[in-house]
Amino acid sequence: MSVADTAMPSRAPSISAPTMIWAAAIAIVAILYLVPSVAPWAVKYPMSAVIPVADWISVLMAWLKTNFTWLTRGITDIFNVPLQWAINILAKGWKFGYGPDAVVFPRLSWIGVCAAFAIAGYAFGGWRLASVAAACMIYIALFGQWESAMLTLALIAISVPLCIVIGAALGVLAFRKPWIDRVIIEPMLDLMQTMPTFAYLIPMLLLFGNSPVSGMLATAVFAMPPMVRATILALKRVPHEIDDFGEMVGCTPRQKLLRVLLPSGRATMMIGVNQVIMLALNMVIISSMIGAGGLGYDVLLALRALKIGQGMEAGLAIVALAIVLDRLSQAAVRPRPALHTLDLNFVQRNPMLTLAVGLLIVTTALSLFVPAFAAVPAAIKVSTAPWWKAAVDWINIHFFDAIEAFRTFLLLYILNPIRDFLVAFPWLGMVLLVGLAAYRLSGVRLAILVVLMTSFCAVTGLWEKSMATLYLCGVSAIIAAFFGIALGIAASRNDRFAAFLTPVLDTLQTLPSFCFIIPVVMLFRVGDVTAMIATILFAIVPAIRYTNHGIRQIPENLIEAATVSGCTPRQMFWRVQLPLALPEIMLGINQTVLLALSMIIICAMIGTRDLGQEVFIALAKADAGRGLTAGFAIAFIGIVSDRLLRASTDRLQSRLGLV
Amino acid sequence: MNDQAPMRDDTLPVQDDRPIKLLCKDVWKVFGDGAKQFMAKHNGTPTAEEMSNAKMVGAVRHASLEVRRGENFIVMGLSGSGKSTLVRCLSRLIEPTWGTIEFDGIDLLKASPEALIEIRRHRMGMVFQHFALLPHLTVLENIAFPLSVQGVERKAREARARKVIELVGLGGREQFYPRELSGGQQQRVGIARSLAVEPEIWFLDEPFSALDPLIRREMQSELLRLQSVLKKTIVFITHDFDEAIRLADRVAIMKDGQIIQIGTPEELVLHPATDYVAEFTRDVQRAKVMSAARLMRPQLSSAEYGGTVKATDKISSFAAHIVGVRKNFLVTTAEGKPVGEVAPDDVIDLLADRDQLREARA
Ligand SMILES: Nc1ncnc2c1ncn2[C@@H]1O[C@H](COP(=O)(O)OP(=O)(O)O)[C@@H](O)[C@H]1O
Ligand SMILES: [Mg+2]
Repeated sequence: MSVADTAMPSRAPSISAPTMIWAAAIAIVAILYLVPSVAPWAVKYPMSAVIPVADWISVLMAWLKTNFTWLTRGITDIFNVPLQWAINILAKGWKFGYGPDAVVFPRLSWIGVCAAFAIAGYAFGGWRLASVAAACMIYIALFGQWESAMLTLALIAISVPLCIVIGAALGVLAFRKPWIDRVIIEPMLDLMQTMPTFAYLIPMLLLFGNSPVSGMLATAVFAMPPMVRATILALKRVPHEIDDFGEMVGCTPRQKLLRVLLPSGRATMMIGVNQVIMLALNMVIISSMIGAGGLGYDVLLALRALKIGQGMEAGLAIVALAIVLDRLSQAAVRPRPALHTLDLNFVQRNPMLTLAVGLLIVTTALSLFVPAFAAVPAAIKVSTAPWWKAAVDWINIHFFDAIEAFRTFLLLYILNPIRDFLVAFPWLGMVLLVGLAAYRLSGVRLAILVVLMTSFCAVTGLWEKSMATLYLCGVSAIIAAFFGIALGIAASRNDRFAAFLTPVLDTLQTLPSFCFIIPVVMLFRVGDVTAMIATILFAIVPAIRYTNHGIRQIPENLIEAATVSGCTPRQMFWRVQLPLALPEIMLGINQTVLLALSMIIICAMIGTRDLGQEVFIALAKADAGRGLTAGFAIAFIGIVSDRLLRASTDRLQSRLGLV
Repeated sequence: MNDQAPMRDDTLPVQDDRPIKLLCKDVWKVFGDGAKQFMAKHNGTPTAEEMSNAKMVGAVRHASLEVRRGENFIVMGLSGSGKSTLVRCLSRLIEPTWGTIEFDGIDLLKASPEALIEIRRHRMGMVFQHFALLPHLTVLENIAFPLSVQGVERKAREARARKVIELVGLGGREQFYPRELSGGQQQRVGIARSLAVEPEIWFLDEPFSALDPLIRREMQSELLRLQSVLKKTIVFITHDFDEAIRLADRVAIMKDGQIIQIGTPEELVLHPATDYVAEFTRDVQRAKVMSAARLMRPQLSSAEYGGTVKATDKISSFAAHIVGVRKNFLVTTAEGKPVGEVAPDDVIDLLADRDQLREARA
């Protein structure tokens, strides 16, 4: 080919085909939006064509309920036994016999439990962890939350092992039979993790009644996915030499699994256990709505009655419990120095365990005679409720105008216009745009998936509420991503700031979603602004984390190469660091969006008007069809956004040559 | 100077009449979709071109070898040449695509899963490059693990484990966890663990490659010491030619999935089959691989010898001595029957690498 040939101006159209397609699609949507009368059915989904998915689900649930009562009753009875044990041991005490001859065996003494937690902290992580654990437990005791906290702990104590066993079994199954993983388990986990927490409660409520058992089962189901995922990952990561070793010593398949593969993957599995515990705590709090009781119930009551002080106090007790459980379960995995001595008896090998059990027995026995051991004496109880109330009152008196102005401004000029725009958006136009984006990013399969899922929101008659959810979630996620990325960049450039941020993020991440609502409600009362702010706080963590990590993980030699070729710091940032960190940042944004979605739904409790409200109403009416349909719609929104963001991350990565 | 040239032909006592422990005939391992049918279609002899056309990867091609009881058999090749794949076929960790493998006359590829478990439990041992120790068990528990899998009760297996711990020199570390040991110590645990069941055949897949050079030499000596006591049949994989000639009775050299030569280190050095092998052997000190028999003149000329060596002794083991004494040494068989003599000048020539020169002169 000659130089002249290549130098010829190409005769290709100056506008590329994809741009044309996009322009056409946007033009169609714009016409639909501006002139709805062209095709009204494409703008507002006609009521007459709504597919009654909700009714079908209700019928199915009713059928399940009438035909499987024996089963659900049986399950309730079976699980009730260990659950009541745990509740009695930790919170209520035992009572044998009736009336005046009843023999009462006390619950574990609060002093003993505090001591046991402190000893566990010492055994796993030394004095520091011991003092954190002790401080948190003593806080719970002194601030009058002991009984509720122990109830919560009892529910966790029973649902977590259940989760771990079933989750690990499913993980093993998925590892052994990849097709089951692909066809059943992976989609199921996706759905389970994007389904809103409330949506779990409704079928449980219907099938198992308004009891702690249904709360426990909802918790077990909700908290299971990380265990399944961690097990699969742990098994996949076992070095193949260890696998070969198992074969070469002549293990049977079962021996190899139980004695070689699973123990070798212990560290990874324990990460799953930690996540299970934290999710279980989150869910136990929420399932107090269906009669599980515990700390969540206290918060809920306080929130309903707008008793800010009490709500805050119970909320902080949840925070304390969350911190204790998180730190202990993380520290428990870390390898500890081994005792290099032989032939010890049980007590010598486990001095801490023996001490803890001993203290529990002694203090509990003492509580039979000394009331101070049985219950926290009123004399040393402290209540911060009045103090919180005073603080809020003070803020409201002095800053009411400023806060109110801020709130009104947000509502009138930002939130409401966006909401109106989205709610009036033609549903078919949205389906078209989303489908096109999926097609361009990944291909036909993803396009079909997102078109079906988006259409689901319309054909079930939930379009307006879906858009309301999208609006609040979208605004919150965008703001969270913006601030999160900014903070992440700051952390990546300043070690001291990063060191300061890490524990804060750790703590934010362990807090159950509930806790974010309380302080915001105090200042902004109920409504969209509160929901937005609580959601931003809840969802910002991954954006910060991934941005910081993404920039820091850029190989040193690339930075040096850029420096040598004369990049200014500004060029370095915009042209080297940011593009290379972009895939990581996108992963963070993806998580932020999913967290925002889950939080927005919880915010239905403080009066947002979206899909969350739909689930919430259904929960109150025990209407399984309505609740689950809305739950699916929420899950589908989550899955669509997740898939689109992931597809764009993949594209970005392959464009950067990172895969 | 004595004008009768030293013996240079191959009339060495290489005849080996020990029974064959492991026999591997025309073994192939081909990766790719439908590899078995592909091999069947070509009657087990596809050409390189046919393989690349069908997008097949021949990790092991046409491998035949036999390992005799008590032999140190080394498989040497650069990384990616198919050594691990070959040894995984020999132990049937993966199924060969083609060929037969016999272990003590049993067709290993036809063994049922139960039979295979039995064979592995009692008759095979394996040591891995990255040790493959179980992180959650102590040294003692790791070493007793193969026995515990067999259901040996605790007292007996721990007693046995303690014995092998002493054997590999790890006494006192029984209660340590693998993460608390150095690499060399971890591999000692790996070795002890594979010996706990008293295997008949011992596979070692680059056991010392992950260790520092100094530790590696120490472990090689350790292995030679153990083998002099235990007399196992060894299949040892390495990418290090020096290691191979140090440990080997015989070496198989692999390249691109094929075995290109099998022989004693001496044979490889003196008669490399291809330029590739010659390239490896070029820098090897002859005195380290050649035995006295190679340099021996089959005559008993002098009345007084400066010393006596066995025909199988490596020349490097007495070179300094003979050069110092400057007298001929008597060469005997293993039983002590005199068969010839070695002259100091020949040793000096060998050390100075002057044999080509002499051959040219002759
Ligand atoms: N599971 C597999 N699939 C495809 N190719 C493989 C597989 N395992 C090994 N190979 C190929 O076989 C060749 C030999 O590998 P290996 O036996 O591990 O070499 P060595 O141990 O000599 O370093 C390599 O080129 C590798 O790419
Ligand atoms: Mg290898």
